[in-house]
Amino acid sequence: MRTFAYERPVSLADAVALLDSHGPSTRLLAGGTDLIIRLRDGSARPGMVIDVKRIPELCPEIRERDGVLTIGATTVMADLAANGLVRRHFEALAEAASVVGSVQIRNRATIAGNICNASPAADTAPPLLVYGAVVVAAGPHGSRRIPISEFFVRSGLTSLEPNELVVAIELPVPASLTGAVHLRRTRRRGHDLASVTLCCSVNEAGVTRLAYGSVGPKPVLEQDETHVLANPSAPDDAKQVVLERMFAEASPSKRSMRASPEYRMAMLRLLGSRAMRTAIERLAEKRGAQA
Amino acid sequence: MSGVIKTLPIEITVNGRRRTLEVAVHHTLLDVLREDLELTGTKECCLVGECGACTVMVDGRIVDSCLMLAVEADGAEILTVEGLARDGHLNPLQQAFLDKGAVQCGFCTPGQLMAAQALLVENPHPNVAEVQEGLAGNLCRCGCYYQIFEAVLSVAEAGSR
Repeated sequence: MRTFAYERPVSLADAVALLDSHGPSTRLLAGGTDLIIRLRDGSARPGMVIDVKRIPELCPEIRERDGVLTIGATTVMADLAANGLVRRHFEALAEAASVVGSVQIRNRATIAGNICNASPAADTAPPLLVYGAVVVAAGPHGSRRIPISEFFVRSGLTSLEPNELVVAIELPVPASLTGAVHLRRTRRRGHDLASVTLCCSVNEAGVTRLAYGSVGPKPVLEQDETHVLANPSAPDDAKQVVLERMFAEASPSKRSMRASPEYRMAMLRLLGSRAMRTAIERLAEKRGAQA
Repeated sequence: MSGVIKTLPIEITVNGRRRTLEVAVHHTLLDVLREDLELTGTKECCLVGECGACTVMVDGRIVDSCLMLAVEADGAEILTVEGLARDGHLNPLQQAFLDKGAVQCGFCTPGQLMAAQALLVENPHPNVAEVQEGLAGNLCRCGCYYQIFEAVLSVAEAGSR
């Protein structure tokens, strides 16, 4: 590994100042499960590595206030998956966090790292899109809130400026009962990157939201305003038409080693139908529990 | 800037012993354990966080030490495979690995032991599926999985008696 300057700011202002003065030659270090590999293989060659884990504003913490769940940037996957608030209100996000890598990886990999790495296969991306997450970013001109649907640009690129960093992720607690599920397809069970990731939610108002990843340069979010998908008495072929329209944005690469485009499209349709059914079942369970 | 190796002082507790070290900022925790502290029980293998041979416990949680800079461990408490045995006695998992024939070439064993230790601390009575999930980040290229799972389950059962 090439050497670099290592900085460990203890305030957000210090971190932003470092980013502002060294911008493009820096890399932010959170869990390091991607960055350390890239430092070692030379695909990342920063002059400075900025470790963000001692910045209080980014601390691993999950709290709920005024109907918004705020997840600190350095919250790791294991804690996200085990957190009671996340499991209650955002079950699909807990599911996604619980399948990232292995125990060892989930103990280090952070939510901010997962989205800032901007891998099309990022497991937390589809649920964050479905739940309407907002990314809180800080920069030299203060902080701003970026809807997650505007955060991913393409593989490896986000809409963050070079002098900005993620402080937290905010999730609005759904106003109406919602059933949701996260599904993924991997080559083997256990420790693998996803060939397809998909998250689906259905709420009491009949709105279905579907997000999927690993089938194009960035994860995609679609919403069914027709209410056909959530309608139990709608015929299957009508649902298929709607689902097919939702998958129009999928453009899996021919060059990927993990799976062929044909296989990914077939699995996307399969996971989509399965996720729909499970989300509707979960919504019904919640209705039952409330009644 | 390049060429000059930058170092920082860190303080870590390794297997109960406090250590003050000057480490290169680009050296991983694995490098420092093996090279600086000569604790070679922790193995270097894939270096991409897939095989688990370098698994150690940091503040009670298992991590791949190849994916963590030593400076990130500053202030942390670290347990390596060398810290499992107490007063010359193997810990129950180590003994079970021997009894069940879960060790062939032995290269993955330290990582398997650390992952199994963490699993049993969190979940003292796992079922087979939970053992498989807990050890999913540890590869054994000899293919001792069956014996490894048996060893972990035998310790879990012994604990319940």
